[in-house]
Amino acid sequence: MVILSGDCKKNKSKQMKIKFQYIGLLALLIGAVSCKKDNFKAPSSTLSGKILYQGEAIQVEHDRVSYELYQYGFGKVGAIAQTFTQEGTYSSLLFDGQYKLIIPNGQGPFKWKQTASGGPDSLAVTVNGNQALDLEVTPYYMIRTPQITTAGGKVTASFKAEKIIVDATGKDIERVSLYINKTQFVSVNDNIQKIDLAGSAITDPNNISLELTIPTLVPTQNYVFARIAIKIAGLDDSILSPLQKITF
Amino acid sequence: MKKIYQFLIAASVLGMWGCKKDSEFLNVEPTSIIPTELAFSNASNVLSVLADLYNRQVDFSTLKDWYTMADFSESFPSENGRAFLVQRNNWDFGEWGSWDYGYIRQLNLFLERLELTETLAASDKARFKAEGRFLRANYYFELTKRMGGVPLILKSLSYDFSGKTDDLQYARSKESEMYDFVISEAEAIKADLPIDGKTNATDAARASRGAALAMECRAALYAGSIAKYGAGTPQVSLPGGEVGIPASMAADYYTKALAAAKEIITGTAGSYSLYNKKADLADNFSNIFIDKGNNPETIFIEDFKLKSGKVHYFTGWNQPRYGAEEEEGGRINPSLNLVESFEKLDNTYAPVPVSDASGNPIYYANQTDPFAGRDARLAGTVMLPGTFFKGRQVDIWAGYLLADNSIFSGDDRGQQKVLPGTTGLRQVVGLDGPINAKEFTAQSGFYLRKYLDPAVGSGSRGTNSELPFIRYRYAEVLLNAAEAAFELGQTGDAATYLNQVRARAGLIIPLAAGDITFDRIVHERRVELSFEGHILYDQKRWRNAHKIWDGNKMTPTELVTNIGSATKRNTQPYGLWSYKYFNPGSPNDGKWVFRIVLPNLVTGANNFQFGNYYSRIGDDIRANNPKIVRQPNQ
Repeated sequence: MVILSGDCKKNKSKQMKIKFQYIGLLALLIGAVSCKKDNFKAPSSTLSGKILYQGEAIQVEHDRVSYELYQYGFGKVGAIAQTFTQEGTYSSLLFDGQYKLIIPNGQGPFKWKQTASGGPDSLAVTVNGNQALDLEVTPYYMIRTPQITTAGGKVTASFKAEKIIVDATGKDIERVSLYINKTQFVSVNDNIQKIDLAGSAITDPNNISLELTIPTLVPTQNYVFARIAIKIAGLDDSILSPLQKITF
Repeated sequence: MKKIYQFLIAASVLGMWGCKKDSEFLNVEPTSIIPTELAFSNASNVLSVLADLYNRQVDFSTLKDWYTMADFSESFPSENGRAFLVQRNNWDFGEWGSWDYGYIRQLNLFLERLELTETLAASDKARFKAEGRFLRANYYFELTKRMGGVPLILKSLSYDFSGKTDDLQYARSKESEMYDFVISEAEAIKADLPIDGKTNATDAARASRGAALAMECRAALYAGSIAKYGAGTPQVSLPGGEVGIPASMAADYYTKALAAAKEIITGTAGSYSLYNKKADLADNFSNIFIDKGNNPETIFIEDFKLKSGKVHYFTGWNQPRYGAEEEEGGRINPSLNLVESFEKLDNTYAPVPVSDASGNPIYYANQTDPFAGRDARLAGTVMLPGTFFKGRQVDIWAGYLLADNSIFSGDDRGQQKVLPGTTGLRQVVGLDGPINAKEFTAQSGFYLRKYLDPAVGSGSRGTNSELPFIRYRYAEVLLNAAEAAFELGQTGDAATYLNQVRARAGLIIPLAAGDITFDRIVHERRVELSFEGHILYDQKRWRNAHKIWDGNKMTPTELVTNIGSATKRNTQPYGLWSYKYFNPGSPNDGKWVFRIVLPNLVTGANNFQFGNYYSRIGDDIRANNPKIVRQPNQ
């Protein structure tokens, strides 16, 4: 700024020139410094895992069963809410830190641990870099030995419905279903053909069989994806069998 | 010299203002803000304040937005931007939520300030106070329908900037306490509200004794049914009672609902009756919503007035598009699901006949023939193909059916083509469609008639319509009475109430006491009150929503069976398309055949989850006030 204190009139043109240079330099400096201060790092740690019952994956409907992560210590608390994939896996991109994970009441075809007051119990999670965390739950039912076969334009499924929760908190089967779809998303919402059997019509839970006819596919394809579902009475959700591609 | 002269003049002019004291000069009453004392100093000012509060009421369905009536498979939304209504597979848990505590604060402030004023006549003050309390109770009722129990705040709260907000945090009340509040408020204010003498067409726009009782009646009925049918869905409740009402309280609520309805029916709250002014029963039904002058059926309305700024464009959005005053319309297309649910005149249910017993198509001479002999409310609610609006026949037909059973149609409105074996162009599809994915055509094969204004200019953007939206009407009170009586085991009375509403619609064979079932009650409300904002709340309080909107797609066979069953699946809006039979030489040439179709755009199926019964309370609200418990199943 020393130069600027000279005779104004005399150095007018020279002075202006210098001034612009300084402004440019200042802007560059500010720019260089602010890079660090203003721009936050994006979350980079992945927390992922799947829902398990005694080591077996629980499969659900796509984008239907939700879980929530909470982080305390930053003022107001709100959920980071997401849903499980149809394979029952989840993954969240997070900052390192302390989190609590819950599955809200009434979500999923399974029981999540509850507190004494009836709220969903939370699972403390320390995120420090990528990590896997499987969630242990107790399903109301399990689909055992699912067999899906095709012959003569029909898809046949047979399986065993094992009741896992047998005490008073157990629930009935509302219906069992076989769904087929042209794409890998197969559920009550996403299917081109389905067959239902009401829970009351099941004579032997150890031997349930469902059969449906494959409709005309437009455009044609020689495969469909199939899943079996058990809809739990009194809940929104079903437990489903692993996705199976059926070629015919 | 001249300059000095000018200076002197300027100085003296300035001086003239300078004489005023600074404090006087600066102390000017603002012209854009009315101080509280002035606002509450006389009756006309208070009425202005009240008018704003009236204007801010919240309705589920409103004429101000057509799409608030279009969901739930009762209609197909024929606007491509809203096609998601029939493509989604679920509703967000936050859908239908409301949480306007700003409005509640304004209502509380209104009541508090009114209390302080001393210049109003006692009678005026009492009426204003009753109106304020009515609006507050009505909004709490609206909140309860959507959210269950909410914090019941009955005074204005102020923050003292101390950093502590504990005393401003209120927990949610029980759902039953909310309904108790609405009922007790209605009882407390009804004497202070005037009886609607029907002398002025717009009297029904202000709260009257009838409006308070109608609100009480509906609230008690809702509470009663939540108590009774909530027992079947124990998972839709909270341990603190914020959601869910104990089954033991059902009878008491039903009794209150019936008592409030009887007060209206017996005429102690004003002489209301069913609208019965036109010989043609379908026109008569449609006229309930059109006739503003001395309409005996309206109890409480949202009024509109041409050239006042408060108008709506409902007719413009939904008018038959071809030849309309504006080159648009046709948005709400009632579904076949709804159309076929209107009974035949012998009180039986039947699908619209499209084929005979052996599966051959039925040939109709007139396009309206398949709908003949049904409940007059069908033609009063739905604009059937071949009927008229504003003197013009709606041109709804999907194309030609040729002798070889193939369809010959176009893909633009009123397209002209040469039919096989003929010469010369001719129109091959209606100017109002139906054409798949062509917005504003009747993609279900039907247009809406209810609330469409036949006045000139109603469908033009520059004029709009002044038809009122009816919030409470006498027919609903009768249906409420019927339901409450039925639930209390008084089926004879229930039949009497139902038969009044049905006779007005041409169903003159009365139902006997033994005919009244839950299915009948559900059915009657659906056909009488369609497109009036009842269906969601009704299905919620009966805990029936997750049964009829269960996420399963519908088949055409399923569509035409079990009509009239309360639990009949209703997840996708079907259509009924008409075709002209083209087979020169055949006796059926030129006749009409009908086909059941699922509009191409319908890809989703309504899936109402248990978490949808009570709308989500946002994370921001729960973070601000940890005393708010979250909704069940979310």
